[in-house]
Amino acid sequence: MSSVQKAVAPIFDEPAARNTSGSAYLRYGAGKVGGAAVSLLAVLVTGFFLFRLIPGDPVKTMTGGRPVSTEQLASYRREFGLDLPVWQQFTDYCGKALTGDLGTSYQFRAPVLDKITEALPNTLLLTGTAFVLYTVLGIFLGTRAAWRHGGLGDKLNTGLALALYSVPSFWLGLLLIIVFSVGIGPIPGLFPTGGMESGGEEGLAYLLDVAHHLILPVITLVAVEYGQTLLVTRSALLDEMGGDYLTTARAKGLRDDLVRRRHAVPNALLPTVTLVFVNLGRTVAGVILVETVFSWPGLGGLFYQALSVPDLPLVQGLFFFFAAAVIVMNTVADLVYPLLDPRVGR
Amino acid sequence: MSSQVHGRGPRGPRSRSRTVRLVATAGAAALVFSAGFATPLDPAPRQAAAADGDKVLTVAVAQSVDSLSPFLASRLLSTSIHRLTYDYLTNYDPADAHAVPGLATKWESSPDKLTWTYTIRSNSKWSDGQRATAEDAAWTFNKMMTDEGAATANGSFVANFEKVTAPSPTQLVIKLRKPQATMTALDVPIVPKHVWEKVGDFSEFNNDKRFPIVGNGPFVLTDYKADSYVRLKANKSFWRGAPKFDELVFRYYKDQDAAVAALRKGEVSFVAGQPALTPAQAASLKNADDIKVNDAPGRRFYAIATNPGARAKNGQKFGDGDPSLLDQRVRHALFMAVDRRTIIDKVFQGHAVEGQGYIPPRFSQYFFKPSASQELSYDPAKAALLLDQAGYKKNGAGKRLGKDGRPITYRVLCHATDPNDKAIGQYLQEWWGKLGIGVRLDCLDNVSDPWLAGTYDLAFDGWSVNPDPDFVLSIHTCAALPATPKDTGTTDNFICDKRYDELYARQLAEYDPAKRAQIVQQMESRLYDLGYMNVMAYPNAVEAYRTDQIKSIQTMPSGAGNIYGQDGYWSWWSAVPADSGGSSDDSTSTDVVIGTAVGAAVLVGAGLFFAMRRRATADDRE
Repeated sequence: MSSVQKAVAPIFDEPAARNTSGSAYLRYGAGKVGGAAVSLLAVLVTGFFLFRLIPGDPVKTMTGGRPVSTEQLASYRREFGLDLPVWQQFTDYCGKALTGDLGTSYQFRAPVLDKITEALPNTLLLTGTAFVLYTVLGIFLGTRAAWRHGGLGDKLNTGLALALYSVPSFWLGLLLIIVFSVGIGPIPGLFPTGGMESGGEEGLAYLLDVAHHLILPVITLVAVEYGQTLLVTRSALLDEMGGDYLTTARAKGLRDDLVRRRHAVPNALLPTVTLVFVNLGRTVAGVILVETVFSWPGLGGLFYQALSVPDLPLVQGLFFFFAAAVIVMNTVADLVYPLLDPRVGR
Repeated sequence: MSSQVHGRGPRGPRSRSRTVRLVATAGAAALVFSAGFATPLDPAPRQAAAADGDKVLTVAVAQSVDSLSPFLASRLLSTSIHRLTYDYLTNYDPADAHAVPGLATKWESSPDKLTWTYTIRSNSKWSDGQRATAEDAAWTFNKMMTDEGAATANGSFVANFEKVTAPSPTQLVIKLRKPQATMTALDVPIVPKHVWEKVGDFSEFNNDKRFPIVGNGPFVLTDYKADSYVRLKANKSFWRGAPKFDELVFRYYKDQDAAVAALRKGEVSFVAGQPALTPAQAASLKNADDIKVNDAPGRRFYAIATNPGARAKNGQKFGDGDPSLLDQRVRHALFMAVDRRTIIDKVFQGHAVEGQGYIPPRFSQYFFKPSASQELSYDPAKAALLLDQAGYKKNGAGKRLGKDGRPITYRVLCHATDPNDKAIGQYLQEWWGKLGIGVRLDCLDNVSDPWLAGTYDLAFDGWSVNPDPDFVLSIHTCAALPATPKDTGTTDNFICDKRYDELYARQLAEYDPAKRAQIVQQMESRLYDLGYMNVMAYPNAVEAYRTDQIKSIQTMPSGAGNIYGQDGYWSWWSAVPADSGGSSDDSTSTDVVIGTAVGAAVLVGAGLFFAMRRRATADDRE
């Protein structure tokens, strides 16, 4: 840490740093992790009962439209454990969940965990790529907008971010498909209309093919998501900009650019970090509408299919998985805060 | 704090270069992310791409494959794939759906109607080279009869089987417990015994890990990736002749508008919709170049059904259907106040045929048309008279009163996801409102709970009808009622009529097709007179294909029929590539070129970023 930073950012002084690395931090961390574990347990229990409130008989819905004898219906119920009392279904479900077994999907006849692990990388590829881009873009543009607030650039950036943030993602996605996939007027159809791959490609051609399919859905996601990061960053930085330490930094003759990057931005990042971690947690949940419009084979589409049956084990498994991702990421954010700002967790 | 304090330095070259660097960072990060995740996505070795010059037919689909095991699959896409990859004993003629040879070349029943003998063809081979024999068929049926897991999808077909044997490689004998007229409509894929006898648990084996899958249909399944694509190669040694396209690909489009866009672009050759293209989509495609819209008579009926008083087989009544609906005159009055012509014109915008009997007219032998004296044609005045006669008179406010003296308001179950239900519901409110009857639309995502519990008055109903109508007829027999109110039966809406049941039993035991069709029509007539169901329309199958990719394709029925979801493999087996050969996979090479360009651009950006970053950090050191 440079002497300049020590002088202008007193919160990073030595006693505080010692405090965060000591037993106080451990106590703080243990509290947060314990809280997360309780939340996970609550999600597990809630998920079981919540989805039993969905109207509909899964067996009847699954077999609708084809000849099925009464004996076959009874056999399905036995097979899926639906003939057992609810309390017994619940204890079975909890017992298995603790060993990592989330049950078997009714409609796909496959372990729920297999279906999740099959779709998860696809979702992570799409939402992860978009996450990196919209976070970088949001922080960068948000910083710029705040630093020159009130100016034309700020107004344009903030206005555009607000407009795009309000646009329904499926509508924007369809618009991009019509313009850049099918092509309009002089614009040629450059990108695929959907899916994650053409199929039948290998090696580098396969990677490029996937990257090619990725572009439009990522643009859609980035366009509707970056605004949030931009606005939070901008507002946090505007709050910081009155600080005396910035005047001091300038008085020492530092370039405006450096004052912003080295002094103002790091101190204004805390709300943005929260947002980033929450978004990172949401990343595994995918974005159902964008996955649907671009026929992306991810978790969002799987959740929709699971709900439409309803495929209870799959719905419960995905619900738990999504909730767990957010809880874990929030906990990580909680654990990171004291490292960024030692006042937290004292 | 004013902006002047912080200064607003001019955006010099340094500032611009930083912008470039940041954008490049984002691009590079994205690429790293992509590459990192893309590799483990596809651990299995990929099938080689279609060889140059291969004709590929690509079909847009939305439905997920539930299983690739013929013993488990029940969804339309999965069962269509099985039709393409396995031969069944019999098939349906594309012209009029009568039974034609499949794996069996001929069949006959014993005089007592209890033994069926099928002659199995000797020129059908599995794709691994072994001959398909009667032993494979016997093993398939026996497995379904003895293993609950193997009976999952098609168990009902063997429920009445007593014994199945294969006395010789070309002879299959099935003994029945009681006569069954559906023996030439056994929609069961016959699997190769030598492959499937190694399977352990049939209730869990999904047949989706090892490719190609051994089969003997017109296509061989060579590759599958859940919710991405299903690839099939033409079986050059198929006994009926090889398909004209070299490859058939089902590609996923979960959004119908995106699928239509893909058709316009030529990425896919065919789009069917779920279950039909919307009138707006059809209208927009009609004027597009090189695209043909096929507006074919559908195989579904669309009806409004009444709750005839829910009951179980043990005689217990349950549910709370309005008692006025138990009066046949009331039911007839309601249906005579429905203007079916308006429904066809305004709701379906012409993409449907006006409803009459229970089975759609495309199944001509079973189609029933009520006689002039029998027909419940649109006549609101007569409807009002019938209600008066039944004792449901209007009060001073113009409302019909029930026997309890309170105005009648019917609860109508409708599917929240079906815009047709909602639109027709509005019309019913208007038409029945004029009769003095209130209508409350209960539009739900999942209607099955109130339906099973009998807690509704009327409901929008609809079924797809198979060439053999046994199933849709069976759901109105007393045997389909639940055993007790707590159980789930196979009934559609609790209809139980002795006369109808007698006719049902007669048609199932009648092996003469013409006589059987006559009995089926009598059943429909009985159903029509009872008035429990009012068939309002037969929605069309509206689909579209590219004429620059598909030169010709077989519809079913052959005159004016549908292409997607046929009974049999006729459409994809018969499709002839257009001369231009505009295979829909041509876009693949373009895709790769563009993909390469994009990837290269990002890599160059990343390189520039790192180079500039070095310079910038040197400048920034103070």
